[in-house]
Amino acid sequence: MESLTLSDVEQKYYSDLFVYCDTDNTKKVASSGKVVELFRAAQLPSEVLLQITELCGATRLGHFGRSQFYIALKLIAIAQSGLPLRVESLNSVKDLPLPRFVVGKNEQEAKHAAMYPDSENQGLYSGIFPRPPGRVQTKKASAHEVIQPGVSSADPQPDSTSPVVSPHHSPPTSPHAWRKHKRQPSGGNVDRQPAVATAVWPPSFREAQGPVSGDGMWAGHSSPPLQESWVSFTDTPPSSTLPQMHPSSVQESTTIRTVASAATTNEIQRQSSAYDDPWKITDEQRQYYINQFKTIQPDLTGFIPGSAAKEFFTKSKLPILELSHIWELSDFDKDGALTLDEFCAAFHLVVARKNGYDLPEKLPESLMPKLIDLDDSAEVPEPAPDVGFSSSPVEVTPNKSPSMPSLSQNWPELNQSNEDTAIVHPVPIRMTPSKIHMQEMELKRTGSDHTHPTSPLMAKPPELSEENKLPSSIKLLSNTVGDGYSSSDSFTSDQEPISSVVTRQRSHSGASPEGLKAVAPPPPPPRPHASHSRSSSLDMNRSFAAGPSAAQPQTGVVAFPPAVPPRPLPTQISCPLSTQGVGAHGHRSGEGDSLPPHCSTSPQQIPEQPNFADFSQFQAFTEQPSEDGEKGVDGAQVEKAVEAAGPLRAVKSDGQSDERSSAVVNSAKGSTPLAPPPKPVRRRLKSEDELRPEVDEHPQKSNVIATVIATQPSIPRSVGKDKKAIQASIRRNKETNTVLARLNSELQQQLKDLLEERISLEVQLEQLRPFSHL
Amino acid sequence: MAVCVAVIAKENYPLYIRSVPTQNELKFHYTVHTSLDVVEEKVSAVGKALADQRELYLGLLYPTEDYKVYGYVTNSKVKFVIVVDSSNTSLRDNEIRSMFRKLHNSFTDVMCNPFYNPGDAIQSRAFDSVVSGMMVQAC
Repeated sequence: MESLTLSDVEQKYYSDLFVYCDTDNTKKVASSGKVVELFRAAQLPSEVLLQITELCGATRLGHFGRSQFYIALKLIAIAQSGLPLRVESLNSVKDLPLPRFVVGKNEQEAKHAAMYPDSENQGLYSGIFPRPPGRVQTKKASAHEVIQPGVSSADPQPDSTSPVVSPHHSPPTSPHAWRKHKRQPSGGNVDRQPAVATAVWPPSFREAQGPVSGDGMWAGHSSPPLQESWVSFTDTPPSSTLPQMHPSSVQESTTIRTVASAATTNEIQRQSSAYDDPWKITDEQRQYYINQFKTIQPDLTGFIPGSAAKEFFTKSKLPILELSHIWELSDFDKDGALTLDEFCAAFHLVVARKNGYDLPEKLPESLMPKLIDLDDSAEVPEPAPDVGFSSSPVEVTPNKSPSMPSLSQNWPELNQSNEDTAIVHPVPIRMTPSKIHMQEMELKRTGSDHTHPTSPLMAKPPELSEENKLPSSIKLLSNTVGDGYSSSDSFTSDQEPISSVVTRQRSHSGASPEGLKAVAPPPPPPRPHASHSRSSSLDMNRSFAAGPSAAQPQTGVVAFPPAVPPRPLPTQISCPLSTQGVGAHGHRSGEGDSLPPHCSTSPQQIPEQPNFADFSQFQAFTEQPSEDGEKGVDGAQVEKAVEAAGPLRAVKSDGQSDERSSAVVNSAKGSTPLAPPPKPVRRRLKSEDELRPEVDEHPQKSNVIATVIATQPSIPRSVGKDKKAIQASIRRNKETNTVLARLNSELQQQLKDLLEERISLEVQLEQLRPFSHL
Repeated sequence: MAVCVAVIAKENYPLYIRSVPTQNELKFHYTVHTSLDVVEEKVSAVGKALADQRELYLGLLYPTEDYKVYGYVTNSKVKFVIVVDSSNTSLRDNEIRSMFRKLHNSFTDVMCNPFYNPGDAIQSRAFDSVVSGMMVQAC
């Protein structure tokens, strides 16, 4: 054999390789197996390889002894550097680079050679390549040599080339990254990064050799590449720190190196198994992100506005399109601002992208903003809705639970928790008074439940505009209406919240307010009034019974005359007005009921009323009490006026202007529905109605009822004047009687009609029956 | 299902236009362009009424024998135009409205992105996916 002089480096390298190939530990290497792989990795044409093997004498021997192996390696180096293969060149060529084996190892080496022309290369190479022998040695070596933390045991998998390869793979990326970023200095926190860098690196360096272990860590794990690129991202080139590390690491003992290799392989194994979540943010990264966040926004629970975030991320030199996409992914609630979680996710994505990882289409689970993060999570959702609301009224999810990733991306927000929860249960609502109350109660109950006002549910309202507005209006009702049953108030308040809610929603169609108003039409007048929902349950008997008893002082009970029975109502709306006059004599509750029946018959029968005559008697008195009557609803005065000059007042008021009469009526004086001649009464009362169009539901009823109520409390005071009181009560009773009589007759009439119908139907049935039998 | 979706800026240049690729896209581009006249007409028809009085959804702009064109304008005068195939079982008005609503929401999301400069072409993937969702699934 030709003598072969190798430099120290070469010597070491070759011996390592030899040991690597020498699996059988027989000091000679067969020409198959590892050697073949190694030589193929040299990426030389096979003829050259043949030539090399021939030259080194292996063909003669049939196997590679150590020297042949060395020669072969040298020849490979020569061939790779482009020199012709000649035995003489073995010793003559100086400064030959080490043979490059492509399968990871030499790629690494080649790149390192390119990147680190300084003496560190040697260290690096020697650092890296001893790994295989190191591994081999550790197989034999006891575990006690493995002193570094994190390296639990000797390599489990020494023989496979992949572990050897993989660490080599990743390091190229890191040095590349370092190199790249070294040339991209940008403003940022100089202080922080070296600190962080050193924080990150020392552990890894201590574990094993700096780059080696770092590589090992990076092998399967995305975070290390992210770390080093992240470190370099905004500022101080980390490579400034790294070279410092390298010499130190190189200076470490070879035992550490060998152990390092074991460590790296171990780590490689571990990381490859941990690869399933490449988007996971490690703690150091998170801490770093948080620190960065603080530089922009000292309050960790606050937001980074979009413009600030834009500037910050633009420093990363990523294309705007990608930054835009990153923003889309990370701005979870679409509010144009980044919370801490969102910021961390965005930053992580930027770092990943810089390292060559493609951006995902959807935000990975581990990056989703969580409710529970570093700081108080409770506060985080709350500002979010507020901010969100102000920025985009419809599109924010205050709740950032990871359970609704995709949904929240699209969906509108709702503002306060009350509203949210109310809309969480969009209840189809019909605007009937009783149902409104029921739903108010329900919403009040659900209002205490602050679970996820999830976005899809909140999504519904904007789509179902009317339904949406109804629940929201109902919710507002529930807020506004403390006592649920003052339905007259609630009803009117219905109108207001609805329109107010409409303006708050992002109304895509201008028609919505109108639609809403259409949705909540005033209930038909004949319907029993919501304000008297309770009274609607009162039956007429009770009201009638109360009527006659109204004469007595304790009439307060029947404060609400029962609602008018539906049947007569639709027919005559004006009739109550007329009958108001008829039954007016300070009638209390009785009037309420009596009015409707009066309606039908009153036009004809009013002239028959005995009271009619009375009115004329008191004509004289009208002038005095009229003034009083028109004032406030003073019970005594009203009552007096009622008794003595009630009718007169009514008559008088007829003569007076309509406004006055309306004022009188509006003030709910019992005197108003006194018994003037029906026509004037009707006219006046009609004018009342015209003047009070807004009282949709039952203007007349409320008038009557109000007047009746007004008069009722005045009754006790009239006791003082017994005679007049008795007269009044007599009148009232007579009135009631007549009313009842009329009602009776009317009902009888209806009964007759129904019976006739029934008979006719039965006849028809019988006619048809013979046919059916046939 | 739409055959073509377009977003036109206030100055009447397209921010985003996408058609079902099987058909002659130029035809749709031209249709959208001509529909802008109708949009202007409808918008100005309101006259002195304020913007919020004006309905955002403009409805059917004009039908041709092949397809119908619907319009929608936002308060910032950005117009959305959807072209649907007439042969399609006539879509209900509600469906068209919901499509516009989705477009509007998605457009707002794009606007919220600080990296988007108003007036740029819309290149958001989320927006694309929303539009794809409402295009005719021909391919």
